Amino acid sequence: MDFLQTVVSHYNQWIAVFLMVSGLYIVVARGNMVKKLVGLNLFQTSVYLLYISPGKILGGTPPILAAEFAVYSNPLPHVLILTAIVVGVATLSLGLGLVVRINEAFGTIEEEELFARDPEA
Amino acid sequence: MRLDVILRVISKLLLPFMLVFALYVQFHGDYGPGGGFQAGVIVAAAVILYAIMFGLDAALEAVPVRVVEIMVPLGVLIYAGVGVASLLLGANFLDYDVLGHDHHHAQELGVMLVEIGVLVSVSGTMLAIFYAFAGRGR
Amino acid sequence: MILDNLPALQVVIPLVGATICALIDRRRVAWPIALAISLVGIVISVALLAQVLAGGPISYAMGGWAPPYGIEYRVDVVNAYILVLVSVIGAVIMPYAPRSVAAELAENKQAWFYTMYLLNLTGLLGMAITGDAFNAFVFLEISSLSSYVMIALGRDRRALLAAYQYLILGTIGATFYVIGVGLLYAMTGTLNFVDMAERIVDVESSRSVLAALAFLTVGISLKLALFPLHVWLPNAYAYAPSVATVFLASTATKVAVYLFLRFFFSIFGARFVYADLPLTEILLVLSVAAMFIASIIAIFQDDVKRMLAYSSVAQIGYMTLGIGIANLNGLTGTIVHLFNHAVTKGALFMAVGAVVMRVGRHDLEGLAGIGRRMPVTMAGFVIAGLSLIGVPGTVGFVSKWYLAAGAFESGAWLLSFLIMASSFLAVVYVGRVVEIAWFREPTQAVASVEEAPLSLIIPTWVLVAASVVFGLDAAFTAGVAERAAEALLAGIL
Repeated sequence: MDFLQTVVSHYNQWIAVFLMVSGLYIVVARGNMVKKLVGLNLFQTSVYLLYISPGKILGGTPPILAAEFAVYSNPLPHVLILTAIVVGVATLSLGLGLVVRINEAFGTIEEEELFARDPEA
Repeated sequence: MRLDVILRVISKLLLPFMLVFALYVQFHGDYGPGGGFQAGVIVAAAVILYAIMFGLDAALEAVPVRVVEIMVPLGVLIYAGVGVASLLLGANFLDYDVLGHDHHHAQELGVMLVEIGVLVSVSGTMLAIFYAFAGRGR
Repeated sequence: MILDNLPALQVVIPLVGATICALIDRRRVAWPIALAISLVGIVISVALLAQVLAGGPISYAMGGWAPPYGIEYRVDVVNAYILVLVSVIGAVIMPYAPRSVAAELAENKQAWFYTMYLLNLTGLLGMAITGDAFNAFVFLEISSLSSYVMIALGRDRRALLAAYQYLILGTIGATFYVIGVGLLYAMTGTLNFVDMAERIVDVESSRSVLAALAFLTVGISLKLALFPLHVWLPNAYAYAPSVATVFLASTATKVAVYLFLRFFFSIFGARFVYADLPLTEILLVLSVAAMFIASIIAIFQDDVKRMLAYSSVAQIGYMTLGIGIANLNGLTGTIVHLFNHAVTKGALFMAVGAVVMRVGRHDLEGLAGIGRRMPVTMAGFVIAGLSLIGVPGTVGFVSKWYLAAGAFESGAWLLSFLIMASSFLAVVYVGRVVEIAWFREPTQAVASVEEAPLSLIIPTWVLVAASVVFGLDAAFTAGVAERAAEALLAGIL
């Protein structure tokens, strides 16, 4: 029962871990380069949840000092994750850009096909 | 292309409101949720909507690639420039306090300038990404 | 006033330079800007090192927000040393760059190359200087993203694949790092290194901290290409433009090693990492595996750049070996090897880059007899190769000496023996290149080749000379490294 309670009360982290692992699985298991990037992005996104969900305190207000509030949520995770999102966007677009170039240079974005055509690559 | 009159008219009507809303988000960022990043994305979305409705060439005429390529580093330069300005005024890098006559005004001015830099850079980057992919293989 | 702001300027100047390069977007302007900025970088980093050696750690509050609330730039002996290393290599490459870049890159891409170079410099310097765990991630990504672009600019179409592969693995590594930092932040409520080191003592028994250490170790190991997480490295180094290869090989992995040291010794603390966890064994096994397996793979490469890249993986094994040994001599060996390997490998890749510029290929066959046509360049290659092997009188010997001494002190005499034994593998692969370059008849393609221009030879020889001078008189490099190692072992930030 205790165990079950820990599982349920940490549901946000279970979601984050599930997304993390599925993202990583897609990166490893898929040969299609665009799908790999989708998995990579899912993996990164799960980390956003990992950061943001503990930052919110139930009943907490934005951290602006006021007489009638005593409980504040932590805004710092949001700021950090905003930065991480920007990094994620940059990585994804650079990755997709590379895939477009790879498609033009090799004529395919399937890894197996690519290595079959060009064993040296 | 004949049947999308409604779409075209509506999107043309929407565009100015999108841009104004972007400015609202931009300047509201000083007091509440908002800021340069969100506003930059909205500006870019407006241009991308225009490109989808009226074709890439029309969008390229309105916002040429060269402009976008200048916007990206320019935004970073504005941001770094604010930092260097506070350095030159005798404070630490990005210490806004020296930019105005008192603490609150100076902080607001500093954040606003930096956010303008962010707006320029983010909208430029988003458009650059869109142009890079949309213009490919034509 | 300027002196107080050196920590910020160290990072801001290359950043501003990168934006100006991108704004102007002209090849002729971009290079002088990059050159000037890299020279200013040396001045700043040397001034910082001098300040730190004289007066102890410098703390700089970004935006005037006092640490631990604001982002703090904190310079102590360890990272001042890394800053000097990165900016010196960055500046030595710049005179070398224009001819090599002009030969390998299309004209309209050259200004972007310098932009990316400056951004990479910003990222690496920022990673080294910052005292904030999340800020380090941002700089890590700045340097990574720009290095993906630099690699993708390579002439060979396989450069694109190498960059893609590096992007996937690099992002996984960086994300692991963020997860680790996130867990630490959740447990300690701070991102500032100093603050975190103080608070972690209270929570170190929790599983989250252990998980954080695991994520950080794996994440940073991916970035520093610890065997067997090195798969991205050989292709990336082999197909990147020569200048990018020189720069990345000499600096990128070194800064990752620094981050590793910082987390292991300054934040978690040597006692936590080594006494309570089997990390020593793991690191030693992986390091020795890197030293031998990567060296053996290097022997069988047909491409000089790939061979040197695998040799880098082996050399990274020496660095992590010192971290695993974790006594004063071992750690000094690691830190001094950061510099020594940067100088040596930089010289080797520069020599290869000069050959690539003249011959247009970097497979071993294409190098047959090149020593007779480009004697000055290849003589540099041979001397730097001797340093890679660890011949006495070169810097390679100095680092191996410290590592072997450290291993011996810790009672692991077998390790000392393995360090010597792995050097013989380096003899084989360096010897292979020497044999082909000097003792074969020049092929027709090589016969018409001229010696490399002076702008390539001089920077190469500067690094070659450094690898001999600091090998003969290691008082300065090893002295600073020893002070850094002392600070790390004492857990002082």
